[in-house]
Amino acid sequence: MNIVVPVKLVPDLVEELEIDDGGTALDTTWLRFILNEVDEHALEQALLLKESLSGTVSVISLDGEGVDDVLFASSAKGVDRLIKLTGVDYGVNVNNHAMARFYATTVRILEPDLVLVGVQAHNDLDGSLGPLLAEYVGMPYVGYVSGIAPINGRCRVRKEYPGGLIAEMDVEMPAVLGVQAAESPPRYVAISRIRQAMKTAAVDEQAAPDLDTTGGPMVDSMFKPETAERATMITGDEDEVAGRIVDLLRELGKA
Amino acid sequence: MSQDIHVIVEHLRGQVADITYVAVAAARRLATGTGGGVAAVLLGHDGETLAGDLAADRVVYIDDPALADFNPEHYNVILADLIGGDPPRCVLFGDTSMGAEVAGVLSARLSMPLVSRCRSVDAANGRLRFISQICGGKILVEGDIPEPNALITMVPGGYKPEQGRGETAPEVTRTSVSPLGSGRVAFAGYQEPKAEDIDISTTPILVAIGRGIANEDNVELAEELAETLGGAVCASRPVVDQGWLPTTRMVGKSGKRVKPDVYLALGISGAPEHVEGMSDSDLTIAVNTDPEAPIFDVAQYGSEVDLLDLLPVLIERVRAAKGG
Amino acid sequence: MEYEAVKSIVVVLLLVVSFAVFGLRVYQLLWVNLQRGRPGPPYGRWIERIKGLVVYVGGQLRLFRFLAPGIAHFFVFWGFVILILTILQAIIEGLVAFADPGFVIPVIGEFGPLALLQDLFAALVGIAVVYALYLRLVVNPPRYEGSHRAQAVMVLSFILTIVVSLLVINGIRIELGEDPLADWRPVASAVGAVLSGLSDPTLEVVEEAAYWIHLIVVLAFLTELPGGKHFHVVTSIPAVFLRNLDPPGRLPPAPEFNGDVGVNAVEQFRRRQLLDFYTCTECGRCQDVCPAYASGSPLSPKLLIMSLRDNLIQRGVALRDGQQNGAVLESELVGDVITEEILWACVTCSACDQECPLFIEHVTPIVDMRRHLVMEGRMDGMLQEAMANLGRYGNSFGQSERARAKWTKGLPEKIKDARREPVDYLWFTGDYAAYSATLASATKTTAEVFRRADLDFGLLYEAERNAGNDVRRVGEEGLFEMLAEDNAAALNACEFRSIVTTDPHTYNALKNEYPAEINGGRPVLHYSELLDQLIADGRLRLGRELGYRVTYHDPCYLGRYNGVYDAPRRVIEAAGCTLVEMPRHGDRAMCCGAGGGRIWMEEGDTQQRPAAMRVEEAAGLEGVEMLIVSCPKDLVMFEDAAKSGGYADRLAVKDLIELVAEAL
Repeated sequence: MNIVVPVKLVPDLVEELEIDDGGTALDTTWLRFILNEVDEHALEQALLLKESLSGTVSVISLDGEGVDDVLFASSAKGVDRLIKLTGVDYGVNVNNHAMARFYATTVRILEPDLVLVGVQAHNDLDGSLGPLLAEYVGMPYVGYVSGIAPINGRCRVRKEYPGGLIAEMDVEMPAVLGVQAAESPPRYVAISRIRQAMKTAAVDEQAAPDLDTTGGPMVDSMFKPETAERATMITGDEDEVAGRIVDLLRELGKA
Repeated sequence: MSQDIHVIVEHLRGQVADITYVAVAAARRLATGTGGGVAAVLLGHDGETLAGDLAADRVVYIDDPALADFNPEHYNVILADLIGGDPPRCVLFGDTSMGAEVAGVLSARLSMPLVSRCRSVDAANGRLRFISQICGGKILVEGDIPEPNALITMVPGGYKPEQGRGETAPEVTRTSVSPLGSGRVAFAGYQEPKAEDIDISTTPILVAIGRGIANEDNVELAEELAETLGGAVCASRPVVDQGWLPTTRMVGKSGKRVKPDVYLALGISGAPEHVEGMSDSDLTIAVNTDPEAPIFDVAQYGSEVDLLDLLPVLIERVRAAKGG
Repeated sequence: MEYEAVKSIVVVLLLVVSFAVFGLRVYQLLWVNLQRGRPGPPYGRWIERIKGLVVYVGGQLRLFRFLAPGIAHFFVFWGFVILILTILQAIIEGLVAFADPGFVIPVIGEFGPLALLQDLFAALVGIAVVYALYLRLVVNPPRYEGSHRAQAVMVLSFILTIVVSLLVINGIRIELGEDPLADWRPVASAVGAVLSGLSDPTLEVVEEAAYWIHLIVVLAFLTELPGGKHFHVVTSIPAVFLRNLDPPGRLPPAPEFNGDVGVNAVEQFRRRQLLDFYTCTECGRCQDVCPAYASGSPLSPKLLIMSLRDNLIQRGVALRDGQQNGAVLESELVGDVITEEILWACVTCSACDQECPLFIEHVTPIVDMRRHLVMEGRMDGMLQEAMANLGRYGNSFGQSERARAKWTKGLPEKIKDARREPVDYLWFTGDYAAYSATLASATKTTAEVFRRADLDFGLLYEAERNAGNDVRRVGEEGLFEMLAEDNAAALNACEFRSIVTTDPHTYNALKNEYPAEINGGRPVLHYSELLDQLIADGRLRLGRELGYRVTYHDPCYLGRYNGVYDAPRRVIEAAGCTLVEMPRHGDRAMCCGAGGGRIWMEEGDTQQRPAAMRVEEAAGLEGVEMLIVSCPKDLVMFEDAAKSGGYADRLAVKDLIELVAEAL
């Protein structure tokens, strides 16, 4: 089973977000880019499949700040091949349509059995990467997947619906699957393993094809939401707070 | 070229999703700008009446036994034909585990631009505008809806579902499709959530816990409080992912939508995916040590005390109140 | 053949057999098995090591921490040393019986004062052993839980038999008028007097029987020694001599095998550690002071060492027999022999290490095995998240490094940025003081007190990272190195005279584990030390006598690890408070349960949390209204424990700095 995991780095929401002077993009001075959280799950799921069925896992990323760290960490976790598409920085004007076209070129060459992507990223503005990539490489796509069991050229996937309902679907391989959650939480990789990978792992650098962003909207203004009416804050220690909460409940006849 | 706005109706086991009503509300607003009508596109089997209370001008209904349950491939094939044949000005989907993946594939297949995470739309001076929320709701972006056609996926927050509900049932046009073959994706069945568990969507008092609950042992404290109050415990995604509560207790985009009388949000930061599931609660009281947590924008009352300090005291107080 | 000739032959045979058995077992256990271990770092510091032998083996100093058993052991040990000569006499006497049945070692055997000493010590050993038997069989304190009781009783009976038989032999010889030193042996004389009713031939038979019993039991004891708890008779001398002389707060370098850090086979430990395993006497003092054990966790430092010893011996046997596989060889050290729960339960408080009379290290092997778990990614979800946060943000709270100085908001004046201007004191805040919402006010108070003392101080602001003390003890060596490198780079770019921190964990890492060149000989101070200095210099005038009755909790990484006990106590006194000590204080202080990365882990199944026990201990003191702490984590742990234990209304948990601020 050969699996490709195309990844996307996104701004870390732990940092306070600022909008740049142009008013249409985030100020990157303080921005930290981290691997999209569900991409971690996609990667974990790929590794779990590799471990149970053997095969290889390749990770592809566009170039940009923090990418090498992500690639080396993946290698330390057990990824076999690291591919970096150079010449374009994911942080600059690359929407998901463009990213899907870049990755499609590489995926076609790699001919994997499965492509696992994170089902969405918090900064998707023109759809998520998975379905776009699936269509560009002509593979079927199912998203919101939280379990994958390959059997005879197909995989039985668990697709999540709201309310805890799960649909099971059979998908013919090769396929692109949008992973919501891996079957076990993403593994921890020790820093010394990552440092080892930095010394030993090879990153396959490939020139990215020309940038084509058609398919996404143009943004002419970016702003922070006006803070809605904030909650009335109850001050004091836990005793006072508990007392006030009980009063509120009592008013509603709940206590 | 048509100036109509299409809304793809999302339904699961005979129930139309709230997001479809939200999308219809948005569609109505767009239609005032384009001068066209609003058409609800319904794919299903024996489900003609499902779109009966949508505030749409007409319903395009496609019936096939293979459409009884959602299959993304069938949707892609049928909608590519329908939209590609006579493209409307905009096609609206829910930004959900059904709509988002269909819209993405169609955008690539039909080379139609796609705007996702759309919260609200506007039509003024001949321009159609969108506002989308990104970065966990911390950032809003605004722009023109691309011309001549665009696909849009909607998130809740901009419109109430009631705004997309109509008084009279729209006229239904049945459209036939070429037979749906066995494709590369096949629906195999449902895995029901554990039936014996409490249904949090009908529980009037919910004690909701998030990351701030810190560890599994503390879940018991929350259970104790819920029990004392006569309610139930529910949670945001991180708690369920840890396996501390079953998925049936998850509130939010991928969990349940709840409308309790009281929603006690403990250690929940209030990411949009969670808020989506609980914003209709009558009274929300949020406890979170981070004074900037977005949950305080949703709650009526808030406190910054540590929930682990609060829980034991609150349990005592409630017990005392109930007893006396 | 004459009886004497037979006696000589039998003695020769017994000697050959027992010494061969003893020699073979020692060879296999000490030579062969120890060779399998990793060579340690060079030892050096020989004078100090010799002193150690004198004080800790000769003086038995650490044994007196448990007074009565310590005294008993002291007499057994010295009795053993002194009675070696009498044993020698017995052996030679038997060997030469065919030529001279009445042989006495020349000079030594004829020296009256020595005879007196031997006689007295034989009696003292007897009394001590009876006390030890009473302890084992009647008192049976919980620290013996899990120790080999039968083995202990057997060996104690051996020793008792040896001294009693000696006294009987000597007594009969006195009675028979064969002993010219009879006057030097009052105890033996008394024994002889008891037996005086017997006829001479009977006495001779009894004497001969006592001789055989004496000799056989001595030799049986010899063969029994290796491998069991009494092997310490042999190994304790090299173990104490070669003990780790580095500061206790400095972990030895992490073992590395083919790039993998950590230990997952008993042979991967250093030889000195293996020697430790053999040296364990199963006395259970470590277990007695272990907070993890007391809280009902599966960790007992004693059982841990015993399991490691057993595993070392079993693997040695399997390897000697040329086995290629089998349960012993296939079982994993980490997970099978020592479970993950055991390893994660340790709070690294070092109470066990410092209690052990023979300097056996418990924390070091635990950390070595944890390192293996970390390499494998085997840890609970909370710990994993903390490690990921530390790797990404340099703090366990998962907050931006730019929020590190957020607590300074609202201070009357901005604190200097040590990266931009020189300062006298570089204040290394540590994660908890900087990020914890509950600690913000205490941290602000510290700033305020420093300002009142006219201290020239500054912060590293967002350049500071977690110092890595507990990251290292969790076993995440790579992350520790990364954090240390980042901090070193930040510190190297600053001009300062000394570092001050409120966090004992940070203090320990900076002082003991960071390369010396970073501090460049500049002192690292705990704020209690700085406050003590400032008060002594008159720079900080505590005008108000507070008059509270307080108790003080010694943080592990300040007290046991770095020996700072007096400074905080002087500060408390200077604030005009009366200090009442808890039963467990100073180097016996009980850990709050947060150390060694425990604060980041899930609690697991425990009967009573260490913090709860500690607060109970403080609350049990007559008239004490305050528990004073000098560690941010303690404040968090004990405040929580005081509330949940229902002590909040009568026992306030306060930081030392709050006391100082109030007294200003």
